This record gives sequence, C-alpha cells and structure tokens, in this order.
Amino acid sequence: MIQFLYHLQDITKKYDERQVCSVKNLEIHRSSITVITGPNGAGKSTLLKMLGFLEPPTTGSISIDGHHYSNGSDLPISIRRRVTLVLQTPALFHGSVEKNVAYGLQVRGERDFQRRVEEVLEAVGLAHLAKANASTLSGGEAQRVAFARALAFKPDVLLLDEPTANLDPASVGLVENLIKGAVRDLGSTVVLVTQNLFQAERLADQMMLVLDGEVIEVGTSVKLFNHPEDVRTQAFLRGEMVY
Amino acid sequence: MTELWPGLLNEGVVILFTFDSALLHIVYLSLAVSGIAIGISCVIGMPLGIWLAFRRFVSRRLAIALMYTGMGFPPVVVGLLVFLLLSRNGPLGWTGWIFTPKAMILAQVIIATPIVASFTMVAVMAVSRDLLRQARSLGATNFQIVKVVLQEARVGILVAVLAGFGRIISEVGAVMIVGGNLKGSTQVLTTATVQFTRMGLFDQAIAMGLILISITFLTSLFWIFLQGGGIEGR
Repeated sequence: MIQFLYHLQDITKKYDERQVCSVKNLEIHRSSITVITGPNGAGKSTLLKMLGFLEPPTTGSISIDGHHYSNGSDLPISIRRRVTLVLQTPALFHGSVEKNVAYGLQVRGERDFQRRVEEVLEAVGLAHLAKANASTLSGGEAQRVAFARALAFKPDVLLLDEPTANLDPASVGLVENLIKGAVRDLGSTVVLVTQNLFQAERLADQMMLVLDGEVIEVGTSVKLFNHPEDVRTQAFLRGEMVY
Repeated sequence: MTELWPGLLNEGVVILFTFDSALLHIVYLSLAVSGIAIGISCVIGMPLGIWLAFRRFVSRRLAIALMYTGMGFPPVVVGLLVFLLLSRNGPLGWTGWIFTPKAMILAQVIIATPIVASFTMVAVMAVSRDLLRQARSLGATNFQIVKVVLQEARVGILVAVLAGFGRIISEVGAVMIVGGNLKGSTQVLTTATVQFTRMGLFDQAIAMGLILISITFLTSLFWIFLQGGGIEGR
C-alpha cells in the first residue's frame, strides 16, 4: 500500500483571474495529522476545500488513492464519502442537535445510528443537549456539534478549518484529544488549518506554511519549528509580519 | 346604509348555515379550481424557482425579470389571453375548454406559477451556501442536497404556495372572462360575489365574502401548522 493518501501536483486555484492558491507538489500521509498554517487570506481554507472535493482546482489534479479530482472530473460518491470537512463557521441544519449529528449516517443509509450519535455527543461533552434545537446553541457548542457530526461516521479523512477557534481552553483540550483519538483509534487522516502555532506544535506530524496562496514550506513539525529553511517561514514563526 | 350593516351581516351568516346545495357547489368549485391550479403551479413553479436559484446562465437576469413581471400580470389580461387562446377560433379552440372549469384552471395556473416560482427562488437563494457545502461534505448526493434545500427553505416555500393560492382564490377578472360565471357550472365565490352585488343581493354577497375570508384564514392556519417550528425563526 502506498504510504501517502493524497498527492497534489501543480495545483492552482483562481477566482476570476486572481490566483488564490498554488501547490507544486504535496503528499499527505495516511493516519497522520497535517497542519496548515499561515496568515488570514493566505489560501488555507481554499486548499482545504479542494482537499474536501468541494472546489476543483483550476489547473492540476488532486489524487486520492489513485482517483483523480480535477476541473471537469468529479469523484464517485464512494470516494467522496471517505472525506469530510468541518467548516470554520459551523453550518448546522434546522432541527435538533442529534438530528444534525445523525445526518452523515442517515445519508449513508445507516438505520441503527442512535447509539453512535449518543457516543459522539458524549465524547464532545454535549450529551445533555441532544434534544436541543441547533439554533439555540452558543458558537462554541455549535462548533463541537459540527465536529461530532463529522466524527459520527468515522471518516477516513477529517478536514478541519480552525476547529477550536470559538472554544474555551478546556474544550480545546477535549477536541485536540478527539483529533488524536481519531488518528490513533480509527486510523483517520487529519488535515487541520490553524493559526495557533502552539496547537500546531502539539498536534502536527507534518506541517506546512501557506503565504499569499502559495505553499512555502512543508516538513515534519520538528523540522519546521526547529530548522525552517525558508526565510519567510523563519519570520512567520518568529511572529514577524511577513506579508 | 350604516344601519343596514348588522342586518346584512346577520343574514349573511344565516345563509352560510343553510348549507344550500347551490352554495356548497360554489364553494366546492372554488376550492377545486384553485386547489388544482395551485397544485399544477407548484409542479411547474417550484422546480423552476430552484433551478433559477442555482443555475448561472447568460440570460438569467432576463428570465428573472420576466418571472417578476408575471407576478404583477393583471388577471384580466391573463383572462383575455386565455380567452383568445381557447375561444372557438383560437389556436386551442378545438379543446372545447372555454367556459369550463378547465379554462379557469389554466388561467389561474398562469397567474400563480410566477408567484410560486419567484418566492421559491428567493427562499432557496436564502439558504446558506455553506450549509449545502457542508451537506455535500457529509456525504449527501445531489438528490439529498435538494432535500436539504427544501427542508431549509420550507418556510419560504410554504409562503410561496400560500401567496399563489391567496392570489387565485380571490381573483375574479380571469375566471369571469374564461369561465363565464355560469350558475351551477363555472360560478365560483368571487364571481358569485360580483353577481350578487350587482343584483342588490347584499346578504348573499356578504355570505360569499365571509366564506372567502374563512377559506383564506383556514388555509393560513393550516400552513402555519405545516411550517412547524420553522415559523419561530432561528
């Protein structure tokens, strides 16, 4: 079995004529945590949406386990369903919390999902809100529900866009443990966007810096934090303005 | 005239409770014609509204402008056009629909469809694109995404149906022209109200008016019930 799950080759993404993301060559390994970091508007979320097959690249191709996703060629639903993305702003459906969490299982035709729903709600500390209307949740609760909804169907690939942005420190710890658990227990591959360098250091197996829509440097977190090669990475990690 | 009001209203209410067969037929025909017409309008208008909400094509703005124009189309003009279409020498004269409930249904479909389509389009456009992306990312097929759209936009879509139904059940010009207001055959509540008023039978006209208002009110109540928690908002 090849070790990497994703392979991106000469990817660009343009909105109208404006290029917002460019990747020359990137491999994402199975059952690992890849952290994407960079300043606001750098193109991190766009890259994540392409990895989630929600937006095709303008040029180039993304391959996952030998299946190619490019402009004009979609993937079969069986491949799409291996991947899920939790958006930065949680988008919850009308209805109860448990209905939201069950959605991914229902669309897959699962019938006996109640126990799994209770399990993941328990894991994110929201079992007591199972019957609550999703519209009544706080930002942090909504974010945890969105995370639980993604975990419910045990995805192969979990793409997370700033999953702890609205959370208090205790909840951040809880979510980080669940992320590690998904990799360790389910063998999931996690790609996480964060601007929190401490979080990146805590979680990342592989890390990459994105600036102005371009992947500047990729490497293990140890290498990137301790021996960054690119001067822009060095400046970013020192907290200097690099854009 | 002011003193007449309580008496007329009283007589109007009394007429309602006579359950006269002619009166019941008028009520039945009104509900049947407008009910079938709104059903057909939904079958055409809802997919059209959803399609216009999602599709981007060159003449989309023109199509939307035409649809909005259709919302304000005067019913008498629709009646006239349908009359010319269905009259003996018209292109569809061979159908023999003129002065039948079918002609009335056709006219009402033309009136209601742009309303249903426009309201549906606006309701669907109001559904967050992030929510649809999220549904897709959770593994929904295109069909399952359409279900999410309908579920999330249901309050607006039910308003679309209600607005269309309200417009045609209370419409008089088109059904008068194409139906002819033939007693026992094409007479509906609105055309009967006009006729009774002209004849000076105000008590009967008021009875018709009360039924119309009741139908509209009960339909609204039923729709609010269907909307469930959605009407409470987020």
